[in-house]
Amino acid sequence: MIQVENVHKSFGDAHVLKGITTQFEQGKTNLVIGQSGSGKTVFLKCLLGLFEPEQGTITYNGQVYSELTINQRRDLRQEMGMVFQGSALFDSMTVEGNVMFPLEMFTKQTKAEMKDRVDFVLERVNLVDAHQKFPSEISGGMKKRVAIARAIVMNPKYLFCDEPNSGLDPKTAILIDNLIQEITKEYNITTVINTHDMNSVMEIGEKIIFLKNGFKEWEGTNKEIFKTDNEAVTNFVYSSELFKKVRQMYIEERN
Amino acid sequence: MRSLIFKEIDELIFGSLGIIIFISFFIGGVVTIQTALNLNSPLIPKSLIGFATRQSVILEFAPTFTSIIMAGKVGSYITSSIGTMKVTEQIDALEVMGVNSLNYLVFPKIIAMLMYPFAVAIAMYIGILGGWIAGAFGGYAPSGEFVKGLQLDFIPFHVTYAFIKTVVFAFVIATIPSFHGFYMKGGALEVGKASTTSFVWTSVVIIILNYILTQLLLG
Repeated sequence: MIQVENVHKSFGDAHVLKGITTQFEQGKTNLVIGQSGSGKTVFLKCLLGLFEPEQGTITYNGQVYSELTINQRRDLRQEMGMVFQGSALFDSMTVEGNVMFPLEMFTKQTKAEMKDRVDFVLERVNLVDAHQKFPSEISGGMKKRVAIARAIVMNPKYLFCDEPNSGLDPKTAILIDNLIQEITKEYNITTVINTHDMNSVMEIGEKIIFLKNGFKEWEGTNKEIFKTDNEAVTNFVYSSELFKKVRQMYIEERN
Repeated sequence: MRSLIFKEIDELIFGSLGIIIFISFFIGGVVTIQTALNLNSPLIPKSLIGFATRQSVILEFAPTFTSIIMAGKVGSYITSSIGTMKVTEQIDALEVMGVNSLNYLVFPKIIAMLMYPFAVAIAMYIGILGGWIAGAFGGYAPSGEFVKGLQLDFIPFHVTYAFIKTVVFAFVIATIPSFHGFYMKGGALEVGKASTTSFVWTSVVIIILNYILTQLLLG
């Protein structure tokens, strides 16, 4: 579980995060949504420890990040997996090299043991024939799967995804969403996903927090988000014609 | 880490030997020809051409000129490779995994550049060889006279001085481009700009340090 308490983060005069308090539960897919510039990425980077909040605390299963030593922080980071928006695969390494990298850096496993683990996670993300390909030789969807495989190869306790299905076609996006949710359940991981994709919200949003101008505007589930009367949330959710029609149908049904 | 260092030695040092040998050979030849054309008094012995070539190549051309070339070739490579990793979030990926990205990316390059004096030693040898070939086969200085000049008033400290400069320049070539790559912001266009800026700054620092070290060690 990750508990976030009154987190503030600024860059110069720009106050990006303004007192965010929430918690992300284990075994659930937690979504952070909001418009571009709402502070989602900064919030995720604070959760990852890449940015240090000026005020507030972030607690990982009882460990307050700001109170940890450098070595403890490094150990904690080894319990985190991250899927970046652009996948962030090491382009000079093969798919296998990318997934094996954390094992080579942090474990004392033999080459054969590492190979077995890499084969297992690549199979888990449905990538069996791409071991020796370079990132430039595979599609966007495959890159995301490699990034997920790399993120879970160390059996992380926390999985963070920054817009994991941006730039993907709707079918592949749903496959990636479902894969993340399956892995979250299977390994009982605390998963936090940054997204502004409403399909993801509907499909896997077990807990959703909505950010607006650096504030937490709303918090709930994917069932509740379509019933809320919060104007900022409804403006965001029903910005597309399709969802406007869905809402109209819901209102008519209710009346 | 060991495999990373060997990889960097291969990329940065062995990968640069071709251009270093090519440039040194012709620079040595040009130094010989220009010296010979300017020493046209019959009172000046021809052996002075070999002497001047040796001094020019060992003291200046091999360590400093080669370092400027390396600032362009190796420096640009370092800045652009680290800069590309920065803009594609690969450095963030390393940090999130708990890898000290500075240590992982920059330290092996600094260690690899400790091999740079060997490349400069080759540049010295090839430069003098180029000078001898240009002098002997171009008819500017007889082979025996040229070799005699090479051995004339040889001060071993001049080689030490050249290698001290080389080690300092190696550190500059590894660190300034790494800094420009690591702390750059923006996208692909900025990677190109960072490479250019890093070359300019590396060259400026090499030139200034060259002056300071020469004053300190020979002045």
